[in-house]
Amino acid sequence: MNNSTALFIDNVSLAYGEKLALDQVSFSVFPGECAILLGPNGAGKTSLFSLITRLYDTREGTIEIAGFNLKRQSSQALGKLGVVFQQSTLDPDLSVESNLLYHADLHGLPRKLARARIQEELERQDMFERRREKVRQLNGGHRRRVEIARALLPSPRLLLLDEPTVGLDMPSRRTIVDYVHSLSAEQNIAVLWATHLVDEIFDTDRLIILHKGSIRLQGSARQAQERTGTPNISAAFQHLTRDAK
Amino acid sequence: MSLIHCLRALRGIVARELLRFIHQRERFVSALVRPLVWLFVFAAGMRSTLGLSPIPPYETYILYEDYITPGLIGMIQLFNGMQSSLSMVYDREMGNMRTLLVSPLPRWFLLVAKLLAGTVVSVPQVYAFLGIAWFYGVQAPPPGYLALLPALLLTGLMLGALGLLLSSFIEQLENFAGVMNFVIFPMFFMSTALYPLWKIQESSPLLHTLAHYNPFSQAVELIRFALYGQFNAYACAYTTAALVLFLGAAVIGYNPSKGMMQKKGGKQ
Repeated sequence: MNNSTALFIDNVSLAYGEKLALDQVSFSVFPGECAILLGPNGAGKTSLFSLITRLYDTREGTIEIAGFNLKRQSSQALGKLGVVFQQSTLDPDLSVESNLLYHADLHGLPRKLARARIQEELERQDMFERRREKVRQLNGGHRRRVEIARALLPSPRLLLLDEPTVGLDMPSRRTIVDYVHSLSAEQNIAVLWATHLVDEIFDTDRLIILHKGSIRLQGSARQAQERTGTPNISAAFQHLTRDAK
Repeated sequence: MSLIHCLRALRGIVARELLRFIHQRERFVSALVRPLVWLFVFAAGMRSTLGLSPIPPYETYILYEDYITPGLIGMIQLFNGMQSSLSMVYDREMGNMRTLLVSPLPRWFLLVAKLLAGTVVSVPQVYAFLGIAWFYGVQAPPPGYLALLPALLLTGLMLGALGLLLSSFIEQLENFAGVMNFVIFPMFFMSTALYPLWKIQESSPLLHTLAHYNPFSQAVELIRFALYGQFNAYACAYTTAALVLFLGAAVIGYNPSKGMMQKKGGKQ
């Protein structure tokens, strides 16, 4: 493994009983890189995320985050990780600030630093003025922004986003997509973004196309088009996953 | 994992549980109403029909309201423990639980912290109940109210650990109704909360044996003795052993490699 790798996945497999959800998956994500984990529903994206976040234990293969083995050095590895899950994980009955302070406490941030980081991350997303509002009062797009701010509080080396734009309107989606891409470019954060929406891909992104638990292609959107002989990434994606339907 | 990190995480988990409790006023009211109904209605009705001879820790004849109060404190903690496990199932269904489980701390510590937070929430409920009971005439010796605190922490942890263990098995919120029927009611009724053991033995030796080995009985006895400024070593040891057993099983239940979650391939 390269020491500068933010995420290193080697030969990872996962089965639910007889059903194989992931089959010898291997890839890496580097600092400053935005990697798009593209796959249709049921491809294994959420299962892979459950392994990377150690909700499930890795039984076959190796996962390392910022050089720390997730199984043997789980606390150090998870300390370098920021996660935005597909389903909102904010407490709707607490304020934005209380949710973020709770997360900062879980990551062991001193209270003074936590407040400074909360202000910094919320201001960056134009949400600081709404910090005292209950999460229940926010719309879906704003909740997502808060979740991204929360994931960034402990200054992670790797940011995981599991279909964060599902259910959002187009302007909210665009805001989040642009913001996350700027994070990888400007703050040198490694991003792994799981999605099935091809319009969220930038030309500079590296694609990891997952289908039925195994990787079908790794490379740029242009490489995907060249390999499949298709005119655009949407057609290339359909070509690579066409037996999904 | 440093000590200061653990303390900060513990502060966060306890603060969140307290904030949630403060925001749920109806939870506080219902936690009080339930034992008060038993005290004002059930105990008042039973007072004349149930004769109680002096048994430790009581030095003289007591009213049934005095006898039942430690059992009702146990009831508050039992329901609170189950409420905490209900919130764990809810958190898991709604996804909030993931935030906790992916934080960079060992899972056993996170579960213990969650357990401690639930227990802390139960303490003001108990003292509020005792405050009302005081004005109703149920008055323990004043030092007993202080001696009660460590007993409450131990019994609260034990009952919370049971809830935690149950929550690792319950996949959906809807299944929680079964917990009421198969755990809370049998535990409460097959215990010394309502009648002393010798009274139960008169009617059913089998029920007496079940009540004796019921951890809830020992929790109630620990509370009963503490409230009268006395220490029941057997009840303390039994409650501690039950805590270790329930907590150990819950930690296994929530372990990402050994627990039920992975076996089911289900939600966390």
